[in-house]
Amino acid sequence: MTRPPLKLTDRIARKLPQIVVAPSFTAILFFVYGFIIWTGYISLTKSKMLPNYNLIGFRPYERLFQMDRWSVALENLFVFGFLFIFTAIVIGCLLAILLDQKIRAEGFIRTIYLYPMAISFIITGTAWKWIMNPSLGLETVVRGWGWESFSFGWTNSETMAVYALVMAAVWQSAGFVMALFLSALRSVDQDIIKAASLDGASPWRIYLRIILPSMRPVFMSAVVILAHLAIKSFDLVVALTGGGPGYASTLPANFMYEMTFRRNEIGVGAASAMVMLATVAAIMVPYLYSELRGKKHV
Amino acid sequence: MSEQTTFVPAQTRSAVWMRLLLWAVLIVFAIWFLLPAYVVVGTSLKELEEIRGGSLLSLPHELNFWAWKHAWSEACIGVTCTGLEPYFWNSVKMAIPAVTLSTLLGALTGYALTKWQFKGANMVFALILFGCFVPFQVVILPMAQTLGIIGITNTVYGLILVHSVYGLAFTTLFFRNYYVTIPDELVRAATIDGAGFFTIFRRIILPLSPPIIVVSVIWQFTQIWNDFLFGASFTTGGAQPIMVAMNNLVNTTTGVKQYNVDMAAALITAAPTIFVYIVAGRYFVRGLTAGSVKG
Repeated sequence: MTRPPLKLTDRIARKLPQIVVAPSFTAILFFVYGFIIWTGYISLTKSKMLPNYNLIGFRPYERLFQMDRWSVALENLFVFGFLFIFTAIVIGCLLAILLDQKIRAEGFIRTIYLYPMAISFIITGTAWKWIMNPSLGLETVVRGWGWESFSFGWTNSETMAVYALVMAAVWQSAGFVMALFLSALRSVDQDIIKAASLDGASPWRIYLRIILPSMRPVFMSAVVILAHLAIKSFDLVVALTGGGPGYASTLPANFMYEMTFRRNEIGVGAASAMVMLATVAAIMVPYLYSELRGKKHV
Repeated sequence: MSEQTTFVPAQTRSAVWMRLLLWAVLIVFAIWFLLPAYVVVGTSLKELEEIRGGSLLSLPHELNFWAWKHAWSEACIGVTCTGLEPYFWNSVKMAIPAVTLSTLLGALTGYALTKWQFKGANMVFALILFGCFVPFQVVILPMAQTLGIIGITNTVYGLILVHSVYGLAFTTLFFRNYYVTIPDELVRAATIDGAGFFTIFRRIILPLSPPIIVVSVIWQFTQIWNDFLFGASFTTGGAQPIMVAMNNLVNTTTGVKQYNVDMAAALITAAPTIFVYIVAGRYFVRGLTAGSVKG
């Protein structure tokens, strides 16, 4: 006996979940993955001001890596990324541990530490640029207090401009790292801590031996998120240093924008975007893979 | 002084010192975090003379809101001198539809992916999830062309499309992770009672969703309002969102540099997201951590 064929409405009802997911999924497939392929294709062509679809192989990549501006951008990304991640985590972790000491007014202090996350990098850059103004900024104030050699005009210095970026970026993100660590600290099993302190372990030892090791996953998340932020950094450079002096503090994202929209070097711009994507993927894919897989075992 | 301290046992004395040190560090960091806010607000209330003659950290002599008014309605951005006002409304017109659309689609997608586990649902989710982390540099060039082909370059509609699509990955992540925690039995029981996909969504899932809707709306609003890359890439002149216009205002170099107007402009531009943070800080933090620690 064969089953009667389903009515059309029933067939639709059965497929409804897929139908509902379809628009979003198609949009992501097209606007993310399709565009990645598109950019990848452009990065293998001689596109200048307008896209040109004749393949010329990896020559844009060769040109890219011959450009001094790009090697400066990569070097800056390395220095900026490392210092930014390291400092933000050290400060965030320190603040989280300090706030975890049964502080009165904890909520209030947390609000102060976290408000930069609500602000855009453009605003952060504008504010710090003003503070670092060589003639009217903090430098003059501190020199007026008697510290004559104090120098804070970092944005105008070829060597210091990158550190200006690090400082502003840390200012923006340290509170976020603190929030991450604080919520992790609060979820550590209190019984273990109690047992350890009954055994006579000092608070210091408890922190080093029990609490911090149990925070490894959060630590990993923080590193990955901050690395991702660092690679994408664009607006902060625009607002704070303009990539300058010259192109001393330019980052890959700014390089890409400059090539694509200002210098009519679309092919090279696309190649630099693909290198950025590869860098992000090298960090994110293993991380996401382990996160998603870890979930299934639980 | 020394007499008193001898009465305190060494243990508590060092504890008091530790406590003082702890507070000192906390306060130093609080000052560091508040310094830019203080400087920006202070400068925006000063007159230009006062800025040039006085100290960065001094309080303004009087509360002078001239710079705020000027930044809002008169300051020059490039060659047009309209102030930030029209750009502010551009951003509002862009943010409201984009936030609504991406949140709605994210909720539906998250619901379908968790409560109606079809074949390949996990793969679909993984592919969407990676969309959160793609550096946007890799999509702006094709996007510029696509917007040109559709004919919505340099319009608010173009930016609505862009922000809805690229926000979708995040909103789907939020809702998916939230709906995973709702027991499947609720949905199964309703299915047995004959309720369909949308009925269950409306009657069971949505009433449980307000917290995550708030998280998603706040996250999306902050992201879209604060975006600079898309705004700068796809719009010019009068169609720009406020973040781009603000940056141009600060970098417009005709005439005397008016630092007080720059800072007032920064303040006006940052005001909506700061307002959201103050009103709904709890949800704000939850969005940040939900976007990072999955689960």
